[in-house]
Amino acid sequence: MTDSKKITSIIKEIGNVIQKEKDFLTELDSFIGDADHGINMARGFKEVEKKLPGLEDKDVGTILKTVGMTLVSTVGGASGPLYGTAFMKAGMAIGAKNDIDGDDFITALNAAVEGIKMRGKSHEGEKTMLDALIPALNTIKKVYEENKDFKAALEQGIKAAEEGVEYTKTIIATKGRASYLGERSIGHQDPGATSSYLMLKAICSII
Amino acid sequence: MVGIVIVSHSNKLAQGVMELAKMMASDALVAAAGGLEDGSFGTSYEKINAAINSVYTDDGVVILMDMGSAVMTAEMVIENMPNKKIQMIDCPLVEGAVVAAIASSSNQSMGEVINEAKNASKESKI
Repeated sequence: MTDSKKITSIIKEIGNVIQKEKDFLTELDSFIGDADHGINMARGFKEVEKKLPGLEDKDVGTILKTVGMTLVSTVGGASGPLYGTAFMKAGMAIGAKNDIDGDDFITALNAAVEGIKMRGKSHEGEKTMLDALIPALNTIKKVYEENKDFKAALEQGIKAAEEGVEYTKTIIATKGRASYLGERSIGHQDPGATSSYLMLKAICSII
Repeated sequence: MVGIVIVSHSNKLAQGVMELAKMMASDALVAAAGGLEDGSFGTSYEKINAAINSVYTDDGVVILMDMGSAVMTAEMVIENMPNKKIQMIDCPLVEGAVVAAIASSSNQSMGEVINEAKNASKESKI
């Protein structure tokens, strides 16, 4: 379904979206964080983009692990170790395959979510990226099991992620820099949940 | 001697904490890993990695961090050095660093340095 070359074009598209939404993500982070999410993510994905041409002929696991390690080394904020771990765990879960299907994608997303939980010592409902990713993962799994149409499952998953982003507006942050704001964090959407949603949307636009 | 690495989002803060710690223990092995390569705020995997290597001996290295990505990035650096004796300490950054530097320069073991630094959180200031 999705070979190594296509995986690299998906990663490239994620980078394009992050560059495009850089100011928006930073603005969101200025309300409840340290105003660097877009800047950090853009810096990380710029470095990722430089590595992509050399990765097209590698297996999917290697591509994802390289993306993860690059993000860890270059992002500079919390999203570095979090998304870095997510991509690295996804890569390890897929391993040395040159072509992945819907089941593989779900396995990878599941490993990514578990990686973020482990690294951030976090769970759903704490106003983090997990509030977009976990509903998305659950929806993708459910819809894919029903009809085995991965694109349709991903589209539904993105809707769930979007609702998750909206949900983050209603809750108090209990993880990360925003947790220092307590109740003052209510009313603002989480920048990490937003970037997670944007990344899933970017994946869907290519797949 | 146990090495000490100070990880902070701010280069100035990490440098300042290192200087304060060395005031009390000038011979302590302390390295600062603050901010990103270009001097902006953040935590750098490469800087932490280099700081650990610069003070590493068989006695081990302890890491003191400020918050958030400093903790997570330090954690990832340690995971990628599985054969080295390195541990993060959950303690106040400034007081912990001063106490750790004194303990380390008086040749206390890594376990003792960690305990002393952890106890720094129990000292009341007022």
